[in-house]
Amino acid sequence: MDVNDIIKPENMVYSKTPVLTSTTMHYCPGCSHGTVHKLIAEVIDEMGIQEKTIGVSPVGCAVFAYNYVDIDWQQAAHGRAPAVATATKRLHPEKYVFTYQGDGDLASIGTAEIMHACNRGENIVVIFINNAIYGMTGGQMAPTTLLGMKTATTPYGRTKELHGSPLRITELLAQLEGTCYVTRQSVHNAASARKTKRAIRKAFENSALGKGTSFVEVVSTCNSGWKLSPVKANEWMVENMFPKYPVGDIKDL
Amino acid sequence: MAEKILMKGNEAIAHAAIRCGCDGYFGYPITPQSEIMETLMEEQPWETTGMVVLQAESETSSINMIYGGACCGKKVMTSSSSPGVSLMCEGLSYLAGAELPCLVVNVVRGGPGLGTIQPGQGDYFQACKGGGHGDYKMVVLAPSSAQEMYDFVDLSFELAFKYRTPAMILADGVIGQMMETVELRPMKPRLTNEQIIDKYSSWATTGKTPDRKQNVVTSLALDSIIHEQLNNTLQAKYRKMEEDDVRFEEIMCDDAEHVIVAYGCMARICESTVEMARKEGIKLGLLRPITLFPFPTNEINRLVPQLKTMMSVELSAGQMVEDVRLAVNGRIPVNFFGRLGGIVPSPDEVFEAFKKAINK
Repeated sequence: MDVNDIIKPENMVYSKTPVLTSTTMHYCPGCSHGTVHKLIAEVIDEMGIQEKTIGVSPVGCAVFAYNYVDIDWQQAAHGRAPAVATATKRLHPEKYVFTYQGDGDLASIGTAEIMHACNRGENIVVIFINNAIYGMTGGQMAPTTLLGMKTATTPYGRTKELHGSPLRITELLAQLEGTCYVTRQSVHNAASARKTKRAIRKAFENSALGKGTSFVEVVSTCNSGWKLSPVKANEWMVENMFPKYPVGDIKDL
Repeated sequence: MAEKILMKGNEAIAHAAIRCGCDGYFGYPITPQSEIMETLMEEQPWETTGMVVLQAESETSSINMIYGGACCGKKVMTSSSSPGVSLMCEGLSYLAGAELPCLVVNVVRGGPGLGTIQPGQGDYFQACKGGGHGDYKMVVLAPSSAQEMYDFVDLSFELAFKYRTPAMILADGVIGQMMETVELRPMKPRLTNEQIIDKYSSWATTGKTPDRKQNVVTSLALDSIIHEQLNNTLQAKYRKMEEDDVRFEEIMCDDAEHVIVAYGCMARICESTVEMARKEGIKLGLLRPITLFPFPTNEINRLVPQLKTMMSVELSAGQMVEDVRLAVNGRIPVNFFGRLGGIVPSPDEVFEAFKKAINK
């Protein structure tokens, strides 16, 4: 089989979903954001809901998510995406509305908004990227930063005495009656990415069924913030992040 | 004949919202304006017009719900009072930066801090000079009756959509709590989703269809050239508002030698002061700015040559007076009288202060 055969449509084994734009991503090599964006775009494509989906992007590295997923987007103030999505969904009950938020956005400055949106059981999807660090601002401590972890604002490592313990907000949100599906996933290898895609699809399907808020945490890497190569970052995540943030479904009604 | 009902200014806001085709109200209780959401909840407009009403967890959240609704091209509003509006300033800056239309009602109380629940006008700077970060303005309307509370809801939405900008009704505790007869205007239906797509699909997040590019509502522009262009666009809108949408009312200004400038409840009180002065043969008039932004600068300019003095009367330590002085530009004395702490002065108290100032 030469190259002319390979490029024939009938021999195609993979193609990029058109819902993912061809814009070169600004993310660092090895960052999890790109993979999660792709999974969301594929789910939107496979469910045929491009015209009916509205995304709410955060403040943080993923502020530019709108450059990569070809749907209508609203760019929210830091932490406020769940409030923005609440009104959007209430005024457009027939639409699929999701927020895409990092750990600083969702678990620090936006705790009130995420708590109350989940408690009201807004029929939205929340994608929560937890890489235990502030990426865009240059590697400062996040609420999910592990004890002992060095960041720009914890140069000697996070301590419980000074900063409190890492916040497992996903477990907290699972306690609320408004959430119908709360899961923690990762995208560090093909198998985990496939599982995450299934979780995202399920979350979008729940939204259409009006079951309440679906929350998908993705334990992620931040190579630049962690100062590790992509491969090392994946290993570090499995060793250090997973014990604190174990993957799997926490709630599935 | 149109229906007239006795109601509070705050209740008038709620009825006007339902009847002018508002799509959604998102708010958080705070005195002295809680009747707005209470009336809406009692009326249950979701059963009739389909209007959404939701009590948010905070003012921060309310204003961001407004942001979401406005992104969709929907007619959305919130209301609050001074401390709550301070929390909304972040959101207002984002709304202005993202060029989104919406209505925010501020029934002003005394500040700073938790202040008092009595009436105040100390939020003039916050409303007219920005409040949040960055170079932005809002359309600011100052009602002085329950009827204007009602009528300015529709007018605010009209101006907000005309300029794609946040609009604010800057009322005060007196106007919010006072009961007057209000004429209910004819019902306007809410726009359908199809109508919204027709009118606003060039920018609103109505869902990306194959016939158009994606719509992204954002105030972010990291490229300096693009960001300066965005700012220039905003400034051009503000200049256009100053040209086309200044509103004011004048009482006995034609032959006036002195003019009091007052808005909201203070304009009502100063109207009586003008009558008192006229009885004593003093040619006093009243200029009542209805739009605080855009401010009636040109009208003050026009009046100055015939005047000996002007006086700004406010429930503040002197905020609007700065805009009056900018307009007068040193040509005649501009005096000021104000009370603080939620104290509303009587017409004779204003008259005494006026006489003292002109005889200085």
